[in-house]
Amino acid sequence: MAEKKAKKTTKKQEAPKMATEKKPAAKPRVGVFICHCGTNIAGSIDIEALQEYAKSLPDVAFADNYQYMCSTPGQNKVMDAIKEHDLNGVVVAACTPRLHEPTFRTASKEGGLNPFRFEMANIREQNSWVHMHDRKGATDKAKDAVRIAVAKAALLEDLFPKSVPVEKAAMVVGAGIAGMQAALDLANAGIKTYLVEKEPTIGGRMSQLDKTFPTLDCSQCILTPKMVDVGRAENIELMTYSEVENVEGYIGNFDVTIRKKARGVLTPAEAEAKGIVGGGCNGCGDCDEVCPVIKPNTFEMGMKPRKAIYIQHPQVVPLIYTVDFDTCVKCGLCVEACGDKKAIDLEMQDEFVTVKVGTAILATGYDIFEIEKKDEWGYKKYENVITSLEFERLICASGPTGGHLVRPSDGETPKKIAFLLCAGSRDNTGVGKPYCSRFCCMYSLKHAHQIIEKIPGATPYLFYMDIRSFGKMYEEFYYRIQDEGARFIRGRVANVLEDPVTKNLKVMADDTLLDRPMNLEVDMVVLAAAVQPTRQADPVRKLFGVSCSQDGWLLEAHPKLNPCGTTTAGVYLAGVCQGPKDIPDTVASAEGAASAASIPIHKGEVELEPYFAQCREEICAGCGMCVNLCPYSALALVEKEGRKVMEVTEAKCKGCGTCGGFCPGGAIYMQHFTTPQIVAQIDAFLLGGEE
Amino acid sequence: MADEWEPKILGLVCNWCSYAGADLAGSARTQYPPDIRIVRVMCTGRLDPLFILKAFTDGADGVLVSGCHFGDCHYLEGNYKAAKRMFMLKSLLKNIGLEDKRMRMTFVSASEGAKWATVVQDVINTVKTLGPNPLKELQV
Repeated sequence: MAEKKAKKTTKKQEAPKMATEKKPAAKPRVGVFICHCGTNIAGSIDIEALQEYAKSLPDVAFADNYQYMCSTPGQNKVMDAIKEHDLNGVVVAACTPRLHEPTFRTASKEGGLNPFRFEMANIREQNSWVHMHDRKGATDKAKDAVRIAVAKAALLEDLFPKSVPVEKAAMVVGAGIAGMQAALDLANAGIKTYLVEKEPTIGGRMSQLDKTFPTLDCSQCILTPKMVDVGRAENIELMTYSEVENVEGYIGNFDVTIRKKARGVLTPAEAEAKGIVGGGCNGCGDCDEVCPVIKPNTFEMGMKPRKAIYIQHPQVVPLIYTVDFDTCVKCGLCVEACGDKKAIDLEMQDEFVTVKVGTAILATGYDIFEIEKKDEWGYKKYENVITSLEFERLICASGPTGGHLVRPSDGETPKKIAFLLCAGSRDNTGVGKPYCSRFCCMYSLKHAHQIIEKIPGATPYLFYMDIRSFGKMYEEFYYRIQDEGARFIRGRVANVLEDPVTKNLKVMADDTLLDRPMNLEVDMVVLAAAVQPTRQADPVRKLFGVSCSQDGWLLEAHPKLNPCGTTTAGVYLAGVCQGPKDIPDTVASAEGAASAASIPIHKGEVELEPYFAQCREEICAGCGMCVNLCPYSALALVEKEGRKVMEVTEAKCKGCGTCGGFCPGGAIYMQHFTTPQIVAQIDAFLLGGEE
Repeated sequence: MADEWEPKILGLVCNWCSYAGADLAGSARTQYPPDIRIVRVMCTGRLDPLFILKAFTDGADGVLVSGCHFGDCHYLEGNYKAAKRMFMLKSLLKNIGLEDKRMRMTFVSASEGAKWATVVQDVINTVKTLGPNPLKELQV
C-alpha cells in the first residue's frame, strides 16, 4: 500500500518540471477583486478609487469589487472572470491570507487556473482595521498593497503540491486526563498511539483531586476506569517515565525520539525478554518496605514520605515501582527483597527509542504558580497557609491524613478557614498572572462545601473579586454553597499575618460591598493559586515547532475556528497546555484534538505546500554553503556532468528559504518566493507609485 | 499635519510570527500610522541582504525586518541566520554612509499584536527624525 502511494507521488512530481528553466511566460493578465467586507474595509477605504487605481496598473486586465468576496457570489466572480477575461493571475484585496488564502486558491482552481497563481493583498487586518480614522492614508496604503500584489501575481508560476503518505500512528505527549482521553479516542479509531508521560504513572493533575465540581463525583472514581482502559488498550503503547528528546520530519512523517528514563525496575514483559521467567515487577511493595531512604512524595505535595523506590499512590498505572536514582544510595536491600522476580536493576541506563508517527497531540498540562512570590499572603512563611492543591490532598481519603483536614502547625482541626481566590490570577502587578485561571472559583466553592460537610460548625470565608460560575450547573452550585452557609467577602486580601503563639492567621481585606476594612482571625488560609504552563511545555513545544502566547500557553492556529490545531501541520493541542480549562472543557478539547489528529491519518496522504527550493544547476558553483544552512538536511552536493551541484530532497524541504537568502550566486530558486518576485514587490512599492 | 512628510517604510516580515502579530494588531483594532508596506516571506531567513539594499537604492526611507523570537522560529533557526545577516548589513550601511538606524530587525510573535503596533510606531518615529533617504537626492 505504502509503495503504491510512493509511486503515485513521484509521478505527480515528475509531470511539471518547470521551476529551473524559464519558459517564455505569457503576458500577465491579472484580475483584481476588492472586498468591502461589509464596512470592515469599505468603512475606511475608498473602494471605488481603489478599483479605478487597480484598473490603471500595467498588468491588470480586469478589476471588480464586491460586498463579501468570500461569499459564493464573490467567489463566482473570480471563477467567471478567469474564463471571461482569460486571466492568468488573480489578486484579491481583502482580509489576511492567513484566513482566506485557501478559499480563493480553491476558487482560482475552480475557475481553471493553477491555485498558486493567486495572491492576496491584506487591506483589512493590516490596513482598514489599524487606520480606522485615516481614510486617505488607508486608501493610499491599499493602492500600494494592490500594486505590490499585482507585481507578484504577474510573476507567479504554476506549482503543484506534493502528496506524501501519512504514517498510521499518532503520538500524545502528556498523560493527564486530556492526553488519556485523546489517546483513547485515537486508539478506538484504530490508530496506533504512543502515549508519552514524564511521570512514572499516568493520571496527571486530575488524579490528585479529591472531588470534582459541581457534581461532587470523586475524582479518582471517574478517572481510574479511564486509566485502566489506557493501560489495557491494544492500540496504545504507554511510555511512562519518558520524555520527548527530539522531533524530525513533517506532517505524516514525524520521527520522534523518546528518552525512556532509567526506572531501575523491569516490567514483567521486559523481564521475560531478558529470560527471567515469571519475573518483573508485580507491584508487591517488598522493596518499598526495606528501602532506607525517605523523601517527600511530590504527588502528595510533599506532605507524605516515600522511599527511594516508590509508587506515587496505590492506583498507579502501570503498577510498576520506580527507583529515584537522584536519592538512591544503591545499598541493594531492595534487590534482595525482590528475590526471584529479579525486577530491580540498579545499573539501568536511559534508553532512546525513535518512533514514526503521522500526527502528534501535545497535552502537557499545568503547574501551580509559585504563590510564595506574592509574599503578602505568607505562603511558605506561615505553616497554616496552604495552596488549594495541598487542600485537595488533605481532604482526600487517600491523602496523607486519611481525609482529615488538619492544620499543619499543630494537627488541630480548623474551624474558620479563609479561601483567597484569584491568588496570583488577574494580577497586573507584574508578580502574578494577568489572566483568569478559570477553575479556581468553582473548586473553592467545592472546598467550602467539603468543609461544611466534614467539619461540624466550621465556616468557610471566601475572599473573591467576582465568582465566575459560567458552566453547566455551575451557577446553581454557587447558590447551593451560599445556602449552606459559606461567607462571601468581595475584596482582595491585602495582607495575611500570623499570631506567633497560636499560629492563627489575621486576614486583612477591604469588604468592597460594605465599604469597610475587615480584619478576620482564621485557623487556616487556602490560596486558590494561579495556574501556569508546565516547565516541560516550553522545550516540548519548541521541538514540535509550536508557538506560545505571552504567558507561555501553547498557541492554537486560530482561537475560534481552529482551537485544537497549531501552525505546525500535524501537531494539535489538548487540555490546559493551551490555557486554563476545567475538566469538561479539557476532555472536550482532547476529543477535538483526537478527531483533528485522526483526519490526516484516515485520509492516508497529505499535500505539502510546494514552496520547495530548487537548484539552477547551470549557475550553481557547488560551494555547498547552503548544505550546512539547511536545518532539515534537505540539501546535498551531488556529482552531475563532471561537477558538483546542489540537489534538493523535496520531501524534506519545508520552504523556509534560508538557503535562498544566502546563495552567493543566486542559484537557489525559492518557489513562490523567488528573488524576481520579491524584488518586483519591493520595486512596485518604491518605484511604481503615483507621486 | 496633512502636508507633513510621510516616510516610505518597507516591512519584510515572516509568515508565522510577525505577519500573524500584525494581523492580531488588526483584529484588536490597535491603531498606528499607515506609513509601512508589508512584503510577506515564509521566514526572515529567506531575506537576502541585497533585498534591503535594493529597497534603499529604490528610495525607501526605512526598512523593518521582523521575525519570530529566538527559539521560536517555525523553521528552527532561520531568524538567527537572518539576524546575523542583518547585523552584517548594518555595518555595511554605515560604511556606505547611510544611517544604519534606517534598518531595524525586531522579533514579534503571533501573540504580540500590541508590540507590533509599538514597533511600527517606533520605526516611523526613528525614520522621521532621520529625514528622507539621502540616496534619493543622489539619484536625481
